[in-house]
Amino acid sequence: MTTAATATGFQAVIGLEVHVELATRTKMFCGCRTDFGGDPNVRTCPVCLGQPGSLPVVNRGAVESAIRLGLALGGEVAPSSQFHRKNYFYPDMPKNYQISQYDVPICSGGVLEVTTSHGTTLVGITRVHMEEDTGKSLHAGTSGRIQGAEYSLVDYNRAGIPLLEVVSEPDIRSAEEAQAYLTELRAIVLALGISDAKLEEGSMRCDANVSVHRPGEPFGARAEVKNMNSVRSLGRAIAYEVDRQVALVQAGGTVVLQTRHWDEDRGATSTLRVKETLEDYRYFPDPDLVAVEPEPAWIEELRAGLPELPAAIRRRLVDAHRLSAEQVATLAGAGLIPVFEEAVAAGSPPVDAVNLLTNDVIALASERGFDPADLALTGAQLAELTGLVTDGTLSTKLAREVLGDVLAGRGTPREVVAERGLEQISDTSELAAICDEVIAAQADAAQKVRDGNRKAVGALVGAVMRATQGRANPRVVNQLLMERLDRC
Amino acid sequence: MADELTTRSALQLRDLVAHGEVSAEEVARAHLERVAATDDQLKAFVTVTDDAALAHARDIDRRRAAEEPVGALAGVPLALKDVLCTKGVRTTCGSRILQTYRPPYDAGVVERLRDADVVVLGKANCDEFAMGSSCENSAFFPTRNPWDLDRVPGGSSGGSVAAVAGFQAPLGVGTDTGGSIRQPAALCGLVGVKPTYGAVSRYGLIAFASSLDQAGPIARSVTDAAHLLAAIAGPDPRDSTSIPKPLPDVLAGLDDGVSGLRIGVVAEFMAEGMSDGVRAMVEASVERLAGLGAEIVEVSLPHAGYGLAAYYLIAPSEASSNLSRYDGVRYGLRVDGATTEAMMAATREAGFGSEVKRRIMIGTYALSAGYYDAYYAQAQRVRTLIARDFAAAFETCDVLVGPTSPTVAFPLGELTADPLAMYANDVYAVPASLAGLPAMSLPVGLGEAGMPVGFQIMAPLLRDDLMLRAARALEAEVGFDAMPRGPNALAGAAI
Repeated sequence: MTTAATATGFQAVIGLEVHVELATRTKMFCGCRTDFGGDPNVRTCPVCLGQPGSLPVVNRGAVESAIRLGLALGGEVAPSSQFHRKNYFYPDMPKNYQISQYDVPICSGGVLEVTTSHGTTLVGITRVHMEEDTGKSLHAGTSGRIQGAEYSLVDYNRAGIPLLEVVSEPDIRSAEEAQAYLTELRAIVLALGISDAKLEEGSMRCDANVSVHRPGEPFGARAEVKNMNSVRSLGRAIAYEVDRQVALVQAGGTVVLQTRHWDEDRGATSTLRVKETLEDYRYFPDPDLVAVEPEPAWIEELRAGLPELPAAIRRRLVDAHRLSAEQVATLAGAGLIPVFEEAVAAGSPPVDAVNLLTNDVIALASERGFDPADLALTGAQLAELTGLVTDGTLSTKLAREVLGDVLAGRGTPREVVAERGLEQISDTSELAAICDEVIAAQADAAQKVRDGNRKAVGALVGAVMRATQGRANPRVVNQLLMERLDRC
Repeated sequence: MADELTTRSALQLRDLVAHGEVSAEEVARAHLERVAATDDQLKAFVTVTDDAALAHARDIDRRRAAEEPVGALAGVPLALKDVLCTKGVRTTCGSRILQTYRPPYDAGVVERLRDADVVVLGKANCDEFAMGSSCENSAFFPTRNPWDLDRVPGGSSGGSVAAVAGFQAPLGVGTDTGGSIRQPAALCGLVGVKPTYGAVSRYGLIAFASSLDQAGPIARSVTDAAHLLAAIAGPDPRDSTSIPKPLPDVLAGLDDGVSGLRIGVVAEFMAEGMSDGVRAMVEASVERLAGLGAEIVEVSLPHAGYGLAAYYLIAPSEASSNLSRYDGVRYGLRVDGATTEAMMAATREAGFGSEVKRRIMIGTYALSAGYYDAYYAQAQRVRTLIARDFAAAFETCDVLVGPTSPTVAFPLGELTADPLAMYANDVYAVPASLAGLPAMSLPVGLGEAGMPVGFQIMAPLLRDDLMLRAARALEAEVGFDAMPRGPNALAGAAI
């Protein structure tokens, strides 16, 4: 619960609006596919182009996704909810109104448990509602915006793709909490399999409503900050915006209700538009659609079919495998829990599996510019690798190298070790000779050990490891060196 | 024979074609010739699709010759209101903004017409976006009333109605939001049916007010209208407001008469407001129904008086949103501007006529924050009350009756300067529209200036069959002659 702001006597108040693009096969109100990429305007029809006379029909799959997310967040499913029209003119919106939900969303209420380095807090969920996405505009010209564009092109492939909007209560008090909230919500969405939830590609989008106040005083005017396309940039944008507002208020200024744009390169927010009055979207019930009234039996069926959710999985991992909360958080954040569980099921000691995953796998993925979860690593491969370490065949140090080859498709861990001759040398007679050579070569270091400086043995162990290209069993080497130096 | 084909009913033409006495092509040609000969005066069509109509007719003849299946109304010509999408054939809604618009798909109604092998002769004129009661709001030209070419045919389906009344086609399809089939049918001496809301697909019906719009038949007889309704009604999964079960059979009991039916005369409709000529015909019709064995009772719809006000908030509110899409970006008219916003504004300024703009402004206002509760929400509450009034009335009555329109057809230009007087034309039509009920008009005689008078019958939800049955009985008793006559009428039915 600490931010830069609290040191100044101010408290940040943050609420998030997250849009999740659903991975349904077809669009929200028509039969067009929802695939990504390809030529512009190929996945369109009279309905999603807003051609005169066309009519929307609700996609049951999208309703199902909305109900499942609502239930996973602990919310209530409305026995009857409605679609409204949100009226405003914009060229990438084919009908010049967006079909959305207004006063009666499909799901209301719920809570998200959010854990940061400062502990666990609960963030209330206001609502989950369904709506359709807009098309995408491309504005030619120097500005890159519609104002001043030479001409504009519109691609309606995205128009009508189903979206869920998840609105939080203003319960978030720091950038770190906001990041944790978004990470956790994303994990739930992924666990439900309702979206690929990629912030970078826009299949998950997050706007932050940020204000500051002194505790005990009313909330300040808020700024809605847009254009954050990673968890990291969400944190940066909020931190910047909180500092900006605190500095403004401290300097005697007033925060004005407005929409601000986060510039990732500049690391700053700037005014997009000032909301002098609330925008009037002239919401009214869409007369082309009937109420959404999911049968209670269907809702119960969906509730019963919910997967184990991330929070429950984490608790189970801590309890069952004695992992630390940090380790579990790292695994979860990298999407590596399934691999971990497979490896343990295949006989891997949990501590070895978690160490390999949280250290080596994540580092390797980062070197290659991959998402760790996208590496083609199976639990069976991981178990085989930890097995080789446990039975002394492979040194911990070389395990990462083997891992690299396995991921590059050069065989199973055992095959890679055999192929490259990476078996650990634990044979005492072979290593004893090398130890003797090293002691002779590094007489100064050897003398320090003899004089009682046991830490100095490290340099000698390192020399033996170098001499064996890392294959020597460091425990055996250490023992051999100490025997020799104690004896002399 | 070709000369008098245009005087035949839809069912007669169907039978002539079915029995091989005449080809579908001959039927189509006769009607297209009548259009060519009379439409300079009548101005019923925006677009005549001669080639497509003849090609369809020839295809019907070919299939008949090859003993392949043909539809239920094979070879019967029809005038289609120009608010229903026809693939590749321009669909204007009587508006400059869609003057060149060619839809990429067919409306559900158009598919059903094709399934029935009804031959569409062309796209009929209408008030712009179906907003109007005289057909004078068309951006192109006003349509004339075949009974008096200096009078309006009513609206907004004035073109489809004038074509049928002028014997250019035996059938028409119109759309009715607040009387746009019934009122012009009344003013031109025709049968016009607004089916139960949801009975006919709205897919491809270019929306004016989505919660009210409904396509329906126009014909010179109840039987023809019932057959056309049977052809176009039915569930459509592409329209979420379509009723997912078929309409009860409207043909089976059509000739069963009204003996034993309880018919409610709506007291509020019979109070002041209608002309003497209309009143006389409406009262005579009620007596005729009594004479046919119906039990006549007076019923009250206490909130019907608020219907017109509620309608003129709900319909423009929906329209203001429905018409937002006409912005010059994707299709239709585009008037260039310095910015996208300026282009959109210039396009809409040039593309919409004054009545459409007026309704967009009324609707935008009614939906605005701060006004929504007082206007749109209040109008919806009135709508609920009116629906309850009807439900209560139908506890004691099988159908309700009253006038369709307060006056006979009025001269062109008489009401164009007075929008409220024009809106008052819809006063008897909108209550059933707001309640989603089936309602229809049939001609029952002549009123002032020798112009036709319509009689309205309303029925409970999905009881279109009962409504048509009562209309059929009254029609037979009245024996109305649909041939326009009078000093300024369009010349005879034959070419």
